[in-house]
Amino acid sequence: MEITPALLVASCMVVALIIYALMGGADFGGGMWHLLGTGPRAKEQQKAISRALAPIWEANHVWLILVIVLLFTGFPNAFAVMMTALHIPVTLILIGIVLRGSAFVFRKYDRSEAPRRRWGVLFSLSCFFTPFMEGVTVGALATGDIRFVDGQVTTGFFAGWLSPFALTCGVFAVVLFAFLAATYLTVDPESEPELRDDFRRRALAAGLCLVPVAIAAFALSRNGAPEVFAGLTRWWAPFLLGATAVFGAAALFLLWTRRFALARMAAIGQVTLILGGWSLAQFPKLVTPDVTFANSAAPAITLRLLLIALALGGLFLFPSLFFLYRLFKGRDAH
Amino acid sequence: MDDFLFARSQMGMSLGFHIIFAAIGIGLPVLMAIAEAAWIRTGNPVYLDLAKRWARGASILFAVGAVSGTVLSFELGLLWPGFMAKAGAIIGMPFSLEGFAFFMEAIFLGVYFHGWDRLSPWWHWTSGVMVALGGVLSGVFVVTANAWMNAPAGFKIVDGKITDIDPVAAMLNPASAHEVIHMTLAAFVATGFAVAAVHAFFLLRDRQSEFHRRALGMALAVGCGCAPFQVWSGDYSARAVASLQPAKLAAMEGLYHSMKGAPLMIGGVPNDKTRTNAYAIQIPRALSLLVARDPGAWVAGLEEFPRADWPNVKLVHWSFDFMVACGFYLLACSIAAAWLWWRKRGLPDARWFLRSIVLAGPLGFLAIEAGWMVTELGRQPWIIYGVMRTKEAVTPMPGIAVPFISFTVLYLFLSVIVVVLLRRQFLEAPDSK
Ligand code: HDD
Ligand code: HEM
Ligand code: HEM
Repeated sequence: MEITPALLVASCMVVALIIYALMGGADFGGGMWHLLGTGPRAKEQQKAISRALAPIWEANHVWLILVIVLLFTGFPNAFAVMMTALHIPVTLILIGIVLRGSAFVFRKYDRSEAPRRRWGVLFSLSCFFTPFMEGVTVGALATGDIRFVDGQVTTGFFAGWLSPFALTCGVFAVVLFAFLAATYLTVDPESEPELRDDFRRRALAAGLCLVPVAIAAFALSRNGAPEVFAGLTRWWAPFLLGATAVFGAAALFLLWTRRFALARMAAIGQVTLILGGWSLAQFPKLVTPDVTFANSAAPAITLRLLLIALALGGLFLFPSLFFLYRLFKGRDAH
Repeated sequence: MDDFLFARSQMGMSLGFHIIFAAIGIGLPVLMAIAEAAWIRTGNPVYLDLAKRWARGASILFAVGAVSGTVLSFELGLLWPGFMAKAGAIIGMPFSLEGFAFFMEAIFLGVYFHGWDRLSPWWHWTSGVMVALGGVLSGVFVVTANAWMNAPAGFKIVDGKITDIDPVAAMLNPASAHEVIHMTLAAFVATGFAVAAVHAFFLLRDRQSEFHRRALGMALAVGCGCAPFQVWSGDYSARAVASLQPAKLAAMEGLYHSMKGAPLMIGGVPNDKTRTNAYAIQIPRALSLLVARDPGAWVAGLEEFPRADWPNVKLVHWSFDFMVACGFYLLACSIAAAWLWWRKRGLPDARWFLRSIVLAGPLGFLAIEAGWMVTELGRQPWIIYGVMRTKEAVTPMPGIAVPFISFTVLYLFLSVIVVVLLRRQFLEAPDSK
């Protein structure tokens, strides 16, 4: 296969999406556990979550913006199709994002007890709702129900995203992010051992829940997302599915045996493989079945400049991100 | 109202909401950096307290700015898919660069807000400067995208298809310079005067408070320092508009008939039917003088353009006059401040002066809103000036009233909460009983 600028931009988009899931997704997961805080250490759990999120959630959120910007610059037609056909779920995502971000800061800001609790609940609910809608929206792209014929979206505003497959993807995103967040929180250097153990149990529970949801999504994809399903029968697919399963099992095993740092690595690998594998299976479609990344791409000059901008931006971005994480998540974070 | 009007209203409402937080996101980090530098140099703890309190206020405003900005990036496609399908490849560039500016801002914001005791003072200060830089850059990039809508460049149209795209030329379009300068200054002016107003308000109760005196001094330095340049750059903008978008200029001025030696019309009630601007105060030849630096110069009136290409003259003209009035009021405040400062060799704190600063507080932001009404309503009926009509770009989605009302209610709710929380914080500051 020829390496074109469009292919490179599309790859960067997938990478940004994966990082968003790993970082921003985990922030949503943290918000879910905020609501599900139980037991004698419920308050401490909430404190640990809020401490983990506060310095980084805004930076993590920018990955979503990057995905969108790359999409509308690199593949303007695909963006127009998605935003037209998926107007409703995308609007719901936005409402969730607005409520999540503002409820989180309002909660930190408000000093009195009762409103703080209310903001906390609103924050957590939007942390369930937003990734659910994100999963639904991404799932809808794979269903093949959204048709784009002669420059028009012909399938209206409800196609795809209400299908069982897309809804299962929503549930999958929620459970996945909850699993990621709990796994990360077991590594928090500022937490007491008991607190880490609370998160270990939560990570194990979420990790186990992920198995049936993943199987359901896979089973539904046969009819619900035929092109992705077909993609998953190519020669490399067994290796990919096998590797994903190995990483998933390893994450659970390492959590069980309390090797948290390694468990986090395994979870990261697992999520990367899931999203990377999905992208490969759906390749080269952005919106199945009509919109491919080749037929919606911007002219070559735009894509080339975009790649240059990404390279230069990356030179600045990755050191800064490294600095941020070292400062707040590193071993010497105290 | 039809869906098209709801879509326009939703876009305008979302942008009008975001711009408040965006302007603060550009201006406030600069104030924080000045206060922190003063603390590091003098060791006076009042400055540190000030930097920390401003940062605390900023943390809530930034979060709302970030989420409302996210809504905008999606709304470009949700509401104007036809526009993005055409324009994405041409003006995506500044948006991508803006993305990196957001990263810069968000990353160092995290460092700044939560790193007070994890970094040495100078490193902490440097991260504050990075936040300020990220804010200015994100504003600059997104405004070039808007400038392109007003003065499209960097592509050709052959048989109705866009070809020969040059994203760099599109970014450096003829309207970029004046919009970028005017908007960046506006953010400093508006933030400077708004912050000054809060502290002037508390000084009116207790004029000895060192905390509020120092704060007022810094905020005034930024606001009053930029206001004269703001008025100068407004004149530059107006002359650029006169050559790039003469129909917009005619609407701004309420000028229906082309003429030599055109008068400047202030206020009045523009009437599209009679093509007159009743009750306006007229300054003979002033418009020609301002636009062409020649009192006898010819200025195009709206009659030069087909009726279908007129923007909403009333709104554009009134918004423009309101912005200019605010500009001159802020300029007068700056001159008064400089005069008092020079006379007293110290912070001006006469009661009448503090009162006029309190009054100036909201005016910068109101001028920003009015200025954007001029730019955006004055661009109509085009979404890409002279190339694509707004109506051709709108989404086919029916029922846009629903998201419009939802986002309006949501933003009203957020505004109320932000105001309540900020008010509470102001009252917690030293000497603010
Ligand atoms: C603090 C805010 C503020 C103040 C005091 C002024 N303006 Fe302004 N003006 C803006 C804030 C603003 C703005 C909101 O930032 C705009 C919208 C788009 C832009 O580039 O800047 C704007 C736009 C804008 C435009 C339209 C540019 C375009 O459509 O391309 C003109 C002609 C002026 N201004 C002129 C003036 C004049 C002559 C002023 C003086 C007295 C003035 N402005 C004061
Ligand atoms: C934040 C400051 C801004 C404000 C307050 C503002 C205000 C408005 C308003 C009131 C409208 C509705 C106009 C109408 O339909 O009659 C509008 C439309 C629009 N604006 Fe802006 N604008 C701002 C900046 C920008 C920027 C930087 C862009 C960059 C791309 C932009 C893109 C658009 C688009 C795509 C529309 C919809 C199409 C149209 O109505 O022409 N705006 N804006
Ligand atoms: C002239 C108008 C605008 C200016 C000056 C401006 C500037 C800014 C600034 C300074 C910020 C960060 C500060 C903060 O969070 O408070 C910001 C946030 C944001 N703006 Fe705007 N903006 C404008 C219009 C727009 C438009 C039209 C869009 C959409 C296309 C947009 C998209 C965003 C996004 C996505 C963010 C969030 C970044 C984050 O997550 O931190 N802005 N804007």
